[in-house]
Amino acid sequence: MISPKYAREIPQRYRLEAAKCKSCGKINFPPRLVCPRCKSREFETVRLSNEGKILTYTIIRVSSDTFSHQTPYAVAIIETNDGAKLMAMIADSDLNEIEIGKKVKLVFRKIQDEGVWGLHCYGYKAVLI
Amino acid sequence: MIGIVGYGSYLPRYRVKVESIAKQWGSDPEAIKRGLKLFEKTVPGMDEDTITISVEASKNALKRAGIDPEKIGAVYIGSESHPYAVKPSGTILLEALGIGNDVHVASYEFACKAGTEAMYTAYSLVKADEMEYALAIGADTSQGAPGDALEYSASAGGTAFIMGKQNVIAEILFTHSYTSDTPDFWRREHEFYPRHAGRFTGEPAYFKHVVNAGKKLLEKSNMKPEDFKYAVFHMPNGKFPQIAAKKLGFTLEQIETGWIVPWMGNTYSGSSPTGLSAILDVAKPGDKIFMVSFGSGAGSDGFIFNVTDKIVDVQDKAPKLKEMLDNNKIYLDYGEYAKFREKIILNQ
Repeated sequence: MISPKYAREIPQRYRLEAAKCKSCGKINFPPRLVCPRCKSREFETVRLSNEGKILTYTIIRVSSDTFSHQTPYAVAIIETNDGAKLMAMIADSDLNEIEIGKKVKLVFRKIQDEGVWGLHCYGYKAVLI
Repeated sequence: MIGIVGYGSYLPRYRVKVESIAKQWGSDPEAIKRGLKLFEKTVPGMDEDTITISVEASKNALKRAGIDPEKIGAVYIGSESHPYAVKPSGTILLEALGIGNDVHVASYEFACKAGTEAMYTAYSLVKADEMEYALAIGADTSQGAPGDALEYSASAGGTAFIMGKQNVIAEILFTHSYTSDTPDFWRREHEFYPRHAGRFTGEPAYFKHVVNAGKKLLEKSNMKPEDFKYAVFHMPNGKFPQIAAKKLGFTLEQIETGWIVPWMGNTYSGSSPTGLSAILDVAKPGDKIFMVSFGSGAGSDGFIFNVTDKIVDVQDKAPKLKEMLDNNKIYLDYGEYAKFREKIILNQ
């Protein structure tokens, strides 16, 4: 059962909420208790830009059972326009069109199903723009 | 003045052509295209459902409305494909949009008119001064059984409307609903696909309700079909809305802009709302719009809109419906379509 963990991550998965350090300005995603750059514990909540670019990516051809019906698919590290880095699946795209540096938009999608009886788990994926 | 302050649509990129479906079942695609006036339809991605479609459509509505999401006091999603049997779709949407928790939420179902139910309730709550803004969505990933005629039409997409009093882009002048117990189409608990009564879905169901709601709306408003620039009716196929328009005295030119069904399919609860979205994309100040939905079971909701001067300020703030309909398409063959729509039984 992943429900408690899933519920705790809703602000990040649904709304891209990050913690901006009030001392040095570093944007932490997901939020941290202590800023890894300046060790401050003071943050403000900000929402990340939903646009960015692909820093790197890989094609998954042999996946875990949860995602096996979606293979082959791409997973990328995205840098958002405000400098945060996050990992996301790339949806709705021809794998041959995916390249490092290409611009993407983060969209709201279903990430996985908890079996046939459990939760639908939602979050962000990237699509090429 | 009360009405729409923001609107937005979302259509998936995937499509399947009538030819691909007809080939699978040994049918003549030309006869289907001629009879139903359908050419292709949208298909949801494997990671898309009524909730994801509603969220993306609502983001576009918020772009046009330019309001703080926390000012929205109600969220109503109309659909016959809510992902959960027990858990409202709107709870997930309100978190995704940052609407906050001080909000009234409900999932509506009334076959293909659940979206206009949401619109009517949202409009009524703003009219009653219960809240500043209310969000109404009609969205579906509709189901058609393999080999059934519905397979050619049942598609995916949706449209969101924010109702309010400030900066109204389309004022709601009149409404009327017409409802009866008509068993033309249904889906029992635990059944995956809906059942329908064939030709009974036509005259005693669709046309009776659309025409009666439309006639009453014209009487109530003391307006004539020629007073309207545009009209949009529920679009279960390409033919029905054309016949309904003629029965009420509207011309094919009046319904042309919102008649998107030949290339989109029937998005059920999102059908006439998405047709209205296509009209609002090109409407000019002063245009009058006539709209009648239909939901099997059966009922119709009618609305008369007056487009205001504000429309030109918002039309370009979010993607337009025709752009979504005509561009970035990914075509699927029948096997891929069957996989996407989970028509293939897999081992768990």
